[in-house]
Order: sequence, then C-alpha cells, then structure tokens
Amino acid sequence: MTLPVLLPYRPPPPRGRLDDRGLAFAAFAVLMVAGAAHAQSGAATESVLAAIWKWVPLISTGFGLNILISVIAMGVGTVLGLALGLCQISLLPPVRVGSWFLTQFFRNAPWLVLLFYCIFMLPFRVTVLGQTHEVPNWLRATIGLTLPVMANVSEIVRGAVQSLPKGQWEAAESLAFSRFQTLWQVILPQCVKRMLPPWMNLYAILIMSTPLASIVGVEEAMTLTRGALNAERRGDLLIPMYGALLLAFFAYCWPIARLTRLLEARNNVRL
Amino acid sequence: MTPLVSIQDVHKRFGETTVLSGMSLDVRKGEVICIIGPSGSGKSTLLRCVNALVRPERGRITVSGIEVTAPRLDPIALRRRVGMVFQQYNLFPHRTALQNVMMAPISVLKQERREVEARARALLAKVRLQGKEDSYPGELSGGQQQRVAIARSLCMQPEVMLFDEVTAALDPETVKEVLVTIRELAEEGMTCLLVTHEMGFAREVADHVYFTDRGVIVEHGPPAEFFTAPRDARTREFLGKLL
Repeated sequence: MTLPVLLPYRPPPPRGRLDDRGLAFAAFAVLMVAGAAHAQSGAATESVLAAIWKWVPLISTGFGLNILISVIAMGVGTVLGLALGLCQISLLPPVRVGSWFLTQFFRNAPWLVLLFYCIFMLPFRVTVLGQTHEVPNWLRATIGLTLPVMANVSEIVRGAVQSLPKGQWEAAESLAFSRFQTLWQVILPQCVKRMLPPWMNLYAILIMSTPLASIVGVEEAMTLTRGALNAERRGDLLIPMYGALLLAFFAYCWPIARLTRLLEARNNVRL
Repeated sequence: MTPLVSIQDVHKRFGETTVLSGMSLDVRKGEVICIIGPSGSGKSTLLRCVNALVRPERGRITVSGIEVTAPRLDPIALRRRVGMVFQQYNLFPHRTALQNVMMAPISVLKQERREVEARARALLAKVRLQGKEDSYPGELSGGQQQRVAIARSLCMQPEVMLFDEVTAALDPETVKEVLVTIRELAEEGMTCLLVTHEMGFAREVADHVYFTDRGVIVEHGPPAEFFTAPRDARTREFLGKLL
C-alpha cells in the first residue's frame, strides 16, 4: 500500500524559446494583415500594402505621440503615486485617510471618464508671466491618464511596503534609524524589486489605453489611422489598416510583457 | 550604585490580552540577566518595552538615565544606547554583512566612514566572520546571520544589549557559535538582558535569572540557587519539563 504523500513541487517544463514564439506571433500577424489585404483587393488602383506603406510615416508620428503621452503619464504618475503611497502608510491619521481616499477614488474610476473629465475641466489656455499659452489637447489627455497611473502606483507602493516583514522596521528602529531613514535606506530599496513587475504591467496597460485619447480628438495613431481611412475612401483598407495598428501596439507591448514575466520569475526564485 | 536598566511595575495589554501585569527588575552595569519562562509569559514584550518598541500602559522604565516611559521620549536617543538582537536576525537583505554593520553608525551617529568601517571589520572578525564581509545575508547560515546581527548592534557602541530568543530559530549545531559570542561579550563586561530557552547557558553565564509566567515575575535569584532549589511550584514544573 502506498501512503498518501505530498509530491515535491516540480517547476513546469521549459516552454519553447522566446524568439521562436515571437517569430510565430509576428508571422501570424503579417499573414493576417496581408491575407485580409489580398482578399479585399480587387482590381483596385493601388495594392493594399502600398496604400498602407504610404501612410506609415504619418501614423508613426501619431504612434510617437502615444509613446510620449504614456511616458509622461507614467513618469509623473509614478512620482505622484510614490508620494501618495507613502502618505498611505503615514503615522498621521488625516494624511493616511486622505491619501487612501484619493487612491481609491482614482483607482476605481473608468479611465475614459477621467479622460473626458480632465479634457473639459482643465483650462484651454493658461497665463504664465503675462504670456498666454494654449494647453494642447494631448497634454490635457496626458494629465487625465496620469491620475489613474498615480492611484495604481500608490497601491503598488503601499502593497510592497506592507509585504515586507515587520522585523525589518523593528531592526531599523532599534538601530535608532528615524522613520524617514528606515523608509529610504531599508524599506524602499527592498521594495523596488517587488514593485518593478506590477509597475511595468501598469505601463503596458497605460500604453494600450492611450488610443482612448483619440475619442477626445488627440492626433495620436488611432485618430490618424481613422483620418487616413477617411482620405482613402476604400473599404478594403479598413481591416488591414487597423490590423497594422494592432501590430504596432503588439510589437511595442509584447517585449515589455516578456520582460515583466522574466523579472517576476527571477524574483520568485530569490524570495 | 544605580541600576543601568530599571523596570518598575510595568503593565501592558494588547487588546483584551494582558501581557504584562506588573513586572519589575533591575540590571546593573556589567550584569548578565536571563529571563526564562513559558511562551506567552510576556518576556519578549518586556524586552521590547526597554527600547520602546512597545510602550507600556503603566509603570516606569529608565535606561542609563533616560526615562523610557516618559510621554515625550526621544526614541532615537534611547536606541543609541540600547542594542537589540532578534530571533529572526532581521538583517537587511539588500546590503552585505559589512554594510549591515556600518549603516547605522554612519547614518544615525554621523560617524566617519573610515573609522566605522575599521570598527565594523574588527567586530565581524570578533564574531568569527572574517571573509564574510561581502556576503549578502541570503548567502549566510542562520548562525552566521545572527552573529552579523550582533556585530551590527555592537557597532553602535551601546551600553546595554537586549537578546530576544536569539537562538530559538537556529539549528542545534549553530546555536553554540552564537552562544559563545554572547558569552565572550558578557565576559568583556557588556551589560546583557537575555530572553532565552537555553537553560545551560543561563546557568553558566547569567548573574541573575528571572522566571516569568502569565505576565508576572514568579521567582528570581542567582542561577546556582535558582536552578538547584527553585521555591515556587510553577518554576519547579517548568524546569522539570526542561531539565
């Protein structure tokens, strides 16, 4: 008779090499776009691929704006979120409650609604030192996306800090570290490793959300693609053009997702 | 001579649970005091009250002239004088052994790096960890980590050291290397307050042994007396289970 015993944990067998799978994805996408293009191109004046190729430079500048929006929103959102997250673990109850509320509010709001809210709430022009500056649409949209990023980073920070063993605080305290020194020298350095994967994940979600800005008229890749389609007035271009846009986002996001997974796996080994 | 650490009638509750109900003890300079007792008897909490990691509700504690129980205590001034070593070592895993030892004197005491480094290296050598200066805590055994933790506390040049069941999480074979280190420290005249389950160690090294149960000190005395002729029934029962 065999006794019921717990089998030791075995890691899953390694899957195919990353490059192979990446290639597979790319091949699939190209086939998808080209296939759709072929099926829909009749005796049209210009081949579909040529039509897309013509618009690539313009739409690329739009994609550049998507990246710019995401980088600014992520950068500013991270700085604000770090501060807000640290406020969430403050010893002062009003600070703690206030920052908790802000975090919850912006974390549980639809991004699109926040975007609309900021587009209409923020001023169209500001006067600095007697000079009036237009606030471009894309900048207001960026601010709208910064708010949810801030709230999510705030939660990532709070979670990471609270996931550290209490003994780390006690050890630092008993060595006469102040609370600030403890945070800065002991707690946060250990948190960075824990925060990195969720933070990168958040960035991937953010860049994928930037086309939302097209709804409020920001001239990013999505808006420009729609504009190009309007200019072409060719039904057979619809699917290939949007397919190409999907491909561009995929090419940008997928390496980030892989890197996140890689970091997560490495952290799991070390913990 | 006034005691270096004086604990008078300390009370502490966590919610509904009373952990300390009136404990008093004194530690004179250079003395080694061992507190023993069943788990949950409040001995660790008492130790944590001494460096203000836990604030008691009632009672008075003074350490080297600092009133720990004062409402406006400066905890940093207190903790410069009191070193503490924990059961779980609590080394900072992102720093090497040497950096762990050097951090507090540089950041808190603002001492000069070169001087601190020399002292830290000497302390690591003293706890027999020469060659491990650049190892990260994760690369060290439990006993080695605990000795780094001792060196880390000593580098602050405290007047009294608190040891909170420092060998309880260790393998039996590494317990000894840590106890040897503490014993050497005691022999050099360091004032030590230990919570421990190591009866043999308490018997050999302690100047005075306290037995706690359910938040009070049941019995205390010099180890020779305490271990050979315990007066209280609870002490006898506890020692009977262990010895």
